[in-house]
Amino acid sequence: MSDLLAARSQMAMSLGFHIIFAVVGIGMPVLMVIAERRWQKTGDPIYLELAKRWAKGTAILFAVGAVSGTVLSFELGLLWPHFMELAGPIIGMPFSLEGFAFFTEAIFLGIYLYGWTRISPRAHIWAGIAVAVSGAASGIFVVIANAWMNSPTGFELVGGQITNVDPIAGMRNPMAFQQTLHMTLASYTATGFAVAGIHALLLLIDPHNAFHRRAMSVALVVGVPAALLQPISGDISARSVARHQPAKLAAMEAHFETAAGVPLFIGGWPDMEEKRVRYAIRIPYGLSLLAFHDPKATVKGLDRFPREDWPNVPIVHVAFQIMVALGTYLALLSLWIAWMVFRRRELPSNRPLLWCIAAAAPMGFIAIEAGWTVTEVGRQPWTIYGILRTADAVTPMPGLIVPFILFTLLYCFLGVVVGWLLYRQIIRSPKSTEWSRIYRPEVSRA
Amino acid sequence: MPELRDIAAGVLALALNAYVLFGGADFGGGVWDMLATGPRRDRQRDVISHAIGPIWEANHVWLIFAIVVSFTCFPAVYARAGTLLHIPLTLMLVGIVLRGSAFTFRTYDNEHDAAQRRWGRIFSSASIITPVLLGVSIGAVASGRVMPTGGSFTQQYVDPWFTPFALSVGLLTLTLFAFLAAVYLTLETHHRELADDFRRRALGSGAAVFFASALVLLLSDEAAPLVRQGLTRSPWAVPLHLATGATAIGVLAALWYRYYRLARLGAALQVSFIFWGWVLAQYPLLIPPDLSIQRAAAPETTLRLVLIGIAIGGVILLPSLWYLFQIFKRVPADAGTGEV
Repeated sequence: MSDLLAARSQMAMSLGFHIIFAVVGIGMPVLMVIAERRWQKTGDPIYLELAKRWAKGTAILFAVGAVSGTVLSFELGLLWPHFMELAGPIIGMPFSLEGFAFFTEAIFLGIYLYGWTRISPRAHIWAGIAVAVSGAASGIFVVIANAWMNSPTGFELVGGQITNVDPIAGMRNPMAFQQTLHMTLASYTATGFAVAGIHALLLLIDPHNAFHRRAMSVALVVGVPAALLQPISGDISARSVARHQPAKLAAMEAHFETAAGVPLFIGGWPDMEEKRVRYAIRIPYGLSLLAFHDPKATVKGLDRFPREDWPNVPIVHVAFQIMVALGTYLALLSLWIAWMVFRRRELPSNRPLLWCIAAAAPMGFIAIEAGWTVTEVGRQPWTIYGILRTADAVTPMPGLIVPFILFTLLYCFLGVVVGWLLYRQIIRSPKSTEWSRIYRPEVSRA
Repeated sequence: MPELRDIAAGVLALALNAYVLFGGADFGGGVWDMLATGPRRDRQRDVISHAIGPIWEANHVWLIFAIVVSFTCFPAVYARAGTLLHIPLTLMLVGIVLRGSAFTFRTYDNEHDAAQRRWGRIFSSASIITPVLLGVSIGAVASGRVMPTGGSFTQQYVDPWFTPFALSVGLLTLTLFAFLAAVYLTLETHHRELADDFRRRALGSGAAVFFASALVLLLSDEAAPLVRQGLTRSPWAVPLHLATGATAIGVLAALWYRYYRLARLGAALQVSFIFWGWVLAQYPLLIPPDLSIQRAAAPETTLRLVLIGIAIGGVILLPSLWYLFQIFKRVPADAGTGEV
């Protein structure tokens, strides 16, 4: 494994690991605040139990997210010192704002987790809201920095040196809005359906369990609206990619030759020798329509770019197909759920629906991983699109396979432990002793 | 009016100072978790984990804040440290990851002994290794060896930090963190005998700080001439040493007579004096011998915007931090934990 590949693998692994916890840190606080609010309004102790369990789960996941995020803040310099030396003065701005948002999130999460009896119920729920808002804000700022790597603005390039820096213009780069919208919705979709899916599965086993019923209903309140909006956001994103990163779009769609009225390929495998897509469903004019909302529009193909500027087409194409397929499933499922709720049907008594929700549990997260694969691999061979190649950004230090293996092992270990703890402490329905506590609210609220 | 870049460097130093005083004490808590002994061993550990629990994540963000300021305002410093100190920083990150996650796992895992002991051991060992590596990296910077030289792998990536001097700074960092934690912990319990346990530890680690500082100063003669010169010859040297010495004696006296609040204030001051001694001795260099504040600084536009951002952010951040500490540090940690 070359050092460049090791560095890329370590970065990909670190981001792929951290993103799960970051997303949960955005989504879960909303769930726990809703549960706590419902408890305050209805007095139903199950909601309090839910809020407390979700708070515990958030605590575990947030801690792992905080430390793996620290790793990333260092890794930018440990692996890509040339990139940061060049880009730091521009994307440092959103990162600084992210620092404040994350600080606020950590402070109020501490207050929320340990403050149940130390502050008033009103102050407590506001602490939870502060966690939710600052969590979303910190995600947005980080994604703005990433969007800048895709569509860099706010500087001039003179003789390989970045001058005339304008960090605000850097933050207002053309991909910033599209990417942050897409990622924020993705966070709520993924968290909402992961939680709903787990409890749907448990409802299939134990259909009348009030704990799982309430848990699923709160989770769907967050997941369903986000999943319904996501296709619109996806359309906005795709059209921006077509305009600002035509090579990425061409790789996403495995679109080899520039033409007008281009068809859309769904699925399939790009044959790099013959430059065509095999085994795909072909929709005439589809790509022109999607990318430019015009069936006759010309879409730039990979032929417009020198071969050394191509991203890895099969990876980007397949990852994109996975993301779109899962997003479509979640959107259609959300339509079904919304229809059922509109008709005032009881969701837990519909077993096919429960099965479909249970199946959705991992989908949001897989879609997020696939989507980031599209964004990151699709930007290659560039770290800053059109400005700095990844091969020129990497650290000169040799032997990078060692830290890659080290962090991979460390994260595998953490992943297993977190999964085990979540199962045992959070997801499992309460034991009979705990049930009695829930049904004697005067004890549990003390 | 000082230059913007000097203000930015000051903000960087203040952020690191805050990390030492707050985050450092959390690591020190891990040291005392490992060294918990005697009939009150388990209760000592309880006090430590209740004291750290609500605040360690917020305290940890000071480090991330310092990192972000460094790569935004002084990208060349960040790039060089990331390249040449790759090994100690990577190991430090492993320590940071294990400390934080093991602490959280211990809090939320079952309460039976085996699980608690297992996570406790990882938490406390990582709490010892991480400060040493942080100190080693600082020592390497102070010694002026973090500069590209070419040469073999060892010459470039090991020699800058694998020196007796850098290791002695690592040791000093560890003793400082342990000292801070022990002093703070005297205020985290209602029980006199537990407070006395931490008082003894504070006095002992106070002595350790003295010996570790002496060792660093001794080794600096050859290994870190620049810092040594600053600490002995500059006009502020004598006042600073006098202030540090007087505070140190004051802290020991306050501990002796059990004026714990005074001791806490004094310990924070004493450690800050030591920290600023290093900062001032290096000024205006960020990475000696060649990377100065001026040379490494980002463009003015960036500095101005970031400083404005920090000022605005501070308006939200500082009251929030005050609120956090107000809730959890007004009364001792073992006074009804309010935990879930």
